[in-house]
Amino acid sequence: MDNAALYVLAAAVLFGVGVYGLIVSAHLMRKLFAINIMGNAIFILMVAVAGPIDGAPDPVPQALVLTGIVIAVSATAFALALMVRLYQETGRATLADDNGPGNDD
Amino acid sequence: MTTEALALIVFVPLLVAAGMVVLPRSWLGLLIRIGLLPLPFLLLIPTMEVVDNGAYRVVLAGHDSPLGIVWLLDPLSLLMLWLNVGITLLVSLHASFSFPPSDQPARRFWPLWLILFASMNALVLSADLFNIYVTLELVTLAAIGLIAVEGKPAALRAAMRYLLLALMASLLYLLGVGLIYGQTGVLDLYLIAEHLEPAWLTITALALMIVGLLIKSAIFPLHAWLPAAHGNAPGPVSAILSAMVVKVSVYIIWRLWFWTAGDWDLDSAATLMGILGGLAIVYGSVAALVQQRLKMIIAYSTVAQLGYLMLLFPLASTLAFQAASYHLVSHGMAKAAMFLAAANILRSVGSDRLSRLAGIDQRLPLDVFALALAGVSIMGLPPSGGFLAKWLFLEAAREQEAWGWLVLVAASGLLAAAYLFRVLAVMCLHPRRRLRSDRRRRAPNLASVAAILLAVGAIVAGFASAPVLDLVAAGLPPGLAP
Amino acid sequence: MMDLLLFWTPLLLVVVSALTGIVIFIAGERKARLRIILNLLAAVLKVLMVVLIGLLVLAGHTPEFRISLVPGLDLVLRADALSLLFATLSAVLWLVTTVYAIAYLERSPNRARFFGFFSLCVAATMGISLAGNLLTFFIFYELLTLTTWPLVVHTGTATAIRSGRTYLRYTLSGGVLFLIGLIWLYGITGPQDFIAGGTLAEHDLDHRLSLQIIFVLLAVGMGVKAAIYPLHRWLPEAMVAPAPVSALLHAVAVVKAGAFGLVRLVEDVYGPELVAGLGMDLPLLLAAAFTILYGSVQALRQVDLKKRLAFSTVSQVSYIVLGIAVGGPLATIGGIVHLVHQGLMKIILFFCAGIFGNLLGIKYIHQLDGVGRRMPWASACFTVGALGMIGLPPVAGFVSKWYLGAGAVAVGREWVVAVLVTSTVLNASYFLPVLKRIWLNPPPDQWPDEVQVSRIEIQALVGSAMVAALLALGVGLLAGHPLSPLSWATAIVTEYFP
Repeated sequence: MDNAALYVLAAAVLFGVGVYGLIVSAHLMRKLFAINIMGNAIFILMVAVAGPIDGAPDPVPQALVLTGIVIAVSATAFALALMVRLYQETGRATLADDNGPGNDD
Repeated sequence: MTTEALALIVFVPLLVAAGMVVLPRSWLGLLIRIGLLPLPFLLLIPTMEVVDNGAYRVVLAGHDSPLGIVWLLDPLSLLMLWLNVGITLLVSLHASFSFPPSDQPARRFWPLWLILFASMNALVLSADLFNIYVTLELVTLAAIGLIAVEGKPAALRAAMRYLLLALMASLLYLLGVGLIYGQTGVLDLYLIAEHLEPAWLTITALALMIVGLLIKSAIFPLHAWLPAAHGNAPGPVSAILSAMVVKVSVYIIWRLWFWTAGDWDLDSAATLMGILGGLAIVYGSVAALVQQRLKMIIAYSTVAQLGYLMLLFPLASTLAFQAASYHLVSHGMAKAAMFLAAANILRSVGSDRLSRLAGIDQRLPLDVFALALAGVSIMGLPPSGGFLAKWLFLEAAREQEAWGWLVLVAASGLLAAAYLFRVLAVMCLHPRRRLRSDRRRRAPNLASVAAILLAVGAIVAGFASAPVLDLVAAGLPPGLAP
Repeated sequence: MMDLLLFWTPLLLVVVSALTGIVIFIAGERKARLRIILNLLAAVLKVLMVVLIGLLVLAGHTPEFRISLVPGLDLVLRADALSLLFATLSAVLWLVTTVYAIAYLERSPNRARFFGFFSLCVAATMGISLAGNLLTFFIFYELLTLTTWPLVVHTGTATAIRSGRTYLRYTLSGGVLFLIGLIWLYGITGPQDFIAGGTLAEHDLDHRLSLQIIFVLLAVGMGVKAAIYPLHRWLPEAMVAPAPVSALLHAVAVVKAGAFGLVRLVEDVYGPELVAGLGMDLPLLLAAAFTILYGSVQALRQVDLKKRLAFSTVSQVSYIVLGIAVGGPLATIGGIVHLVHQGLMKIILFFCAGIFGNLLGIKYIHQLDGVGRRMPWASACFTVGALGMIGLPPVAGFVSKWYLGAGAVAVGREWVVAVLVTSTVLNASYFLPVLKRIWLNPPPDQWPDEVQVSRIEIQALVGSAMVAALLALGVGLLAGHPLSPLSWATAIVTEYFP
């Protein structure tokens, strides 16, 4: 098994873990972890599949992944802020108590 | 000249948004004007460019793709720019009353509003897959921030759910981008086609990207986040979400489908997309029919109306392209008008439950009028932009003897009529008790005027279609050129 | 100058009413005086404009307004003889109905909404009458549905809302069939203007089956509004609307729009020869004949006065359809002239029913005993209308029936005469007992719900009915005059059967 295949396999496993976590956990914090794990899986994959050009690593995927990480960090920060606000308003950090859309009046 | 104008169209609102955060609060009113009002005039320059030369490619800061930022201005992106600028400006007129610069929430609302505006402008111009990813994230995050801006629990929950799904959608999209780059080493939307063979891996990549975008554009059955988000957001935010934010994702799917994968044989996938659209129309309409709140009805109506945009894939002809684009325009105006009118009603009555709205037309005639006018367009009845779009869809279906789609488009107007007339009937009903007067906080009349202007726009679109249709015809994807 | 006049007048005729409606909406509920002045002014202006256009047409011009909706697809408003006939009828009856409606709704709420949509409704009817092609016709046809719905549900009761729903269910579904037929037809022929005698004959060989199906789709789409059996159910239900609305729905706007559309479809799109050639004339004829008898029998069974009149409308409108379906010049003249005659007679009857209901609280036929002594003038008008419906000379209805019968004999369809005779007997048997009650039975001690109203209000109500009655008598007596509806219809039909 060469390196690239190993990375792809790792990415697939991580992605699966992420999806599982996203579906199974109710707490928003865990859901956010799960999404970040999925994101990391994709970043690994992107670096892995873009093979080296002329011996040197292709810089483009590195740059893309770097941008992707920045976006993931800011999105996570935003999500956390939203979660905290939701906790302050409702006393819970889950979506479970949502009994159907439009229940407020 | 055009490069500078396009850069300003994106960066003026962005810089102003940054300014709003930094500069003292008393400047807010002025900054809003600086960020929005010059845009239509700036847009004239790219318009001239397109009229003269057809298309225009911008390489920002001198770096070509994949590392630089490349924009493509063509007739379709120009149409989207105009639509975005026009609708945002009219909705901003309403927002300047629901979020007056002197109030506290305005400081949170307006920067996000301008960021959303700028990032949609950048998104429709973007010509490479990764830029699309970045701008799409910006659009989503700004939109979600706006949903939550008032901090009501229902809105916060809706925003959170939207955020989780949107993040997942972005990851799917990004995964597709990664796979495509691994195959081709190219990210330019319009150059990938030359490097790409329809192998299973590339098709998977494309499918991943499209599924991600379908989530963001809330196409049935991936629509679950939309009704709560659009139904609980503040009025102007709902308006722009339904009118523009979901549409730009569909627009990107069109770009991928017809430009990037233009010469692939995607017939069965196209049929699948069309079926999703048909299901969206039926499901959204039926769901709208059983809602008890006005804004939820309008939100489900969006789920239904988005379905028409999917019919472009199976029909795939010049006429269908014009039809779908025209639907985009007229639905944008009509739906924004509806949400603004609903916001005024909500504000005045204190609730948008249908049971509380009997006889409301006596108190808020302008808003009910706007709602009804916009409804005509949504139902696809003449004379309205919605009718012309429907007519073009029908012609497109007939041209290809696609009788199933023809009947679907012709009959689906009845579903829209069912849920909209339900609302109008309630409003015409005599109130059982007099509406309590102590809660009479009449929305300022200019807020109603914004709704009326948009609704009238949707009706007038039924008479003056030539500029839009010609523009679309000039910007057809390579495979469809007449 | 002349070109400008010819181009803009048809549009102005539509826009005048639409603008009036919008101004009334904006002015709001409280500006009653402004509303009355505007209404009357617009109605008079409209009659004058129709006269102007009539003079232009008589002078040999063809006023035509045309804009492109989608490249290659035009909105055309054009005044030809047939459209002028319908436009004149609408404009004149509208003026009368406006006077009546202002008095009738004097004290009721939501008048701004009512008169706003009332005016929009005229605008749509004018558009229908002037439509120069099927697409334009469709646009205004749907607009008419939209603008009459608020009038049907005007009273805001649960029953009214329910009737409104039935009304929409029928008319909008009809609209969908119409739209499918239209798009299909344009696929075969491309956009075509209305031309006397039709334009489709050349496509007969290649697309025979398609043309037949399209005919059925379009005829059903229009038949809904023309209340042809079994598409008529919305009409009796829509009786919950205020009397001026019923008068308008029955006499001028909605059912007439359907019947007028069928005339256009047969004479100006397909052409009578092609309709016969496709074998579509007989089904249409049978549907019309059955509806005539069915409507009359149903009318006989009603005890509610307005319901009886409603079924009478179902029956009478089908005379128009019968006329064009029989074919041949004479019957066609009868059908087209009945478009006018039925309108005049039916509007009298509904005006009077409204007066009886509003002032005396009369709803059912048995309550009409002795009304003749209490309200002689209104009762006299009612009598004129009823006798005309039966077909008694010299009221207008006789002329139509005569031409229909003679026309049927001329083309060898004698059985149609039997239908006409049966229908006349039925008409007599549901109208004569009413007349007997009105004139011969003694009045009750107390009317069901008598209200005191001002003199001017009564004068306006009864006056409008009398004007309509005089018109109905006039067009019957002066049928030979060169400007009478009959001469007009004859001139129109000469173009179809040269």
